[in-house]
Amino acid sequence: MRITVDPGRCVGAGQCVLTAPDLFDQDDDGLVTVLAGAADAADPGDVRDAAALCPSGAISVAAD
Amino acid sequence: MSTEADARTAAPQCPVAFPLRRPGRPFPPPEYATYRGGAGLVRSELPSGPVWLVTRHEDVRAVLTDPRISADPSKPGFPKAGRTGGAPSQYEVPGWFVAMDPPEHGRFRKTLIPEFTVRKVRELRPVIQQIVDERIDAMLAAGTSADLVESFALPVPSLVISSLLGVPKVDRDFFEDRTRVLVRLSSTDEERDKATQALLRYLGRLIQIKQRRPGDDLISRLIAAGTLSRQELSGVAMLLLIAGHETTANNIGLGVVQLLTNPRWIGDDRIVEELLRYYSVADLVAFRVAVEDVEIGGQLIRAGEGIVPLIAAANHDATAFAAPSEFDPERSARSHVAFGYGVHQCLGQNLVREEMDIAYRTLFARIPSLTLAVPVEELPLKYDGVLFGLHELPVTWK
Repeated sequence: MRITVDPGRCVGAGQCVLTAPDLFDQDDDGLVTVLAGAADAADPGDVRDAAALCPSGAISVAAD
Repeated sequence: MSTEADARTAAPQCPVAFPLRRPGRPFPPPEYATYRGGAGLVRSELPSGPVWLVTRHEDVRAVLTDPRISADPSKPGFPKAGRTGGAPSQYEVPGWFVAMDPPEHGRFRKTLIPEFTVRKVRELRPVIQQIVDERIDAMLAAGTSADLVESFALPVPSLVISSLLGVPKVDRDFFEDRTRVLVRLSSTDEERDKATQALLRYLGRLIQIKQRRPGDDLISRLIAAGTLSRQELSGVAMLLLIAGHETTANNIGLGVVQLLTNPRWIGDDRIVEELLRYYSVADLVAFRVAVEDVEIGGQLIRAGEGIVPLIAAANHDATAFAAPSEFDPERSARSHVAFGYGVHQCLGQNLVREEMDIAYRTLFARIPSLTLAVPVEELPLKYDGVLFGLHELPVTWK
C-alpha cells in the first residue's frame, strides 16, 4: 500500500491524526505528515478511512 | 429558466418551501427524506432568488469539494439566507475567510491551522475542564435549578473561545448579544450591519491593546506573526468568536437533553460523534453558487445558480448511515458532514469535540441527579436561525 500526502492541499482538519495516530501527524504548520516507517505497519482500513475523511483530498492511497 | 428540451435542466418538481421547520427534536424536516428518495436535488426559492437544495450525503460532499462551486457571496447568484434577501454584511468583512475561495481562502486558513491542530486542542483540555468546573460550581452555588443554556451550554464554549483568543470574559454578554443578531434569520440588514460594526470596533480596540501588551493568546500570536493586516485580523477574530460559541452551545444543550432521555449512554466516549450527526445543528450554513455548469447527482446546475447543501439531510441519509433516525453511538458516524466537508470544513471541529466530551462527562459526574424541569416536548427549540438548538433548557437537581 502506497500512501501519498499533499501538504499543499491539507487544510489541517486533523481527521487523519484522529483516525490513524500511529501513521499521520501534523507538522509545526499543522499540515499532514506521514510518520517515518509507519506506512508498512498501518491498518489498511484505517488508511482508507483517513483518506475518505480527509475533507481536502490531501491523502491518496494506492495498492503496491 | 432555459426553454431548451434538456430534461436534466427542467426542475424535477415545483419550487419547495425553504427553510423548512424542524418538526421537533432532533429530526430534520420530513421533506428532506422525500427529496432524498426522489430527485435528490430540488428547486426552492429564497428572497434572493431560486436555489437548488441538495439532500444526499454523496451529493452534499460533491458540492462541498467541487472547485466549480464557490463559497464567495459576491459571485452572481449566491443565495442569501436572511428573509430580507440582503447581503449579510459580515461577509464583506476583511478576513472573513469562510466566504472566500482558494487560493485566497488558503492564506487565512493556513495562518490559523497551527492553532487548531489535534495536539494544540488537546493541550487546551485543562482550560476547558476548569471553565466547565467553574460553571458547575456556580450552578450548584445558586440553588437546585437552572436554565442550562444560560448557565452552562452557552458560557462554556463562549469562555473557551474567549480564553483562546484573549478576549476578556467580562465582555461576554456584549459579543453573545451581537452574535445572536447575526445568526437570526429575521434580523434586518440594518441590525446585522450594526452588530458587525460594533464587533469590529470592539476587536479593533482589543488588537490595539494587545499590540502594546501582548498576551499568551491567539490574537497576540497573530499580531506577532505579522501576516495579516489589522483589518483582516479583526475580521478573523470576529469570525472565530462567532463560529466558536453559538454552534457548540447548541450542540452541548441538545446533547444534554439526549443523555437525560437516554441515560444509558452517559459516560460513553462514542456519543460526541453521533450527537454531531444526529442533531446537525448547522444545517443551513454552507451556501454556495456554481461558477461553471456542473452536474451533481445527475442534475445539471447552471453557472450562476445558487446551491444549498443541506447538512442535516446528508447526515440522515440511509445510504450513508443505517437507520439514521436512531440515536446509536455504536455506529461509525465519523463520515457525517456536521462540520461541512472540503476546504472549508470547520477549523475548530476538534475543539468542539473536546468541549462536548468534557462538558457531558463533568456535568453528569458532578450532578448525577440532573433532570429536566419540563417535559421534553415543551423545550423551546430554535426555528428562527441558521443554527438549530434550544432557547432554554430548564433543569433541576437534588
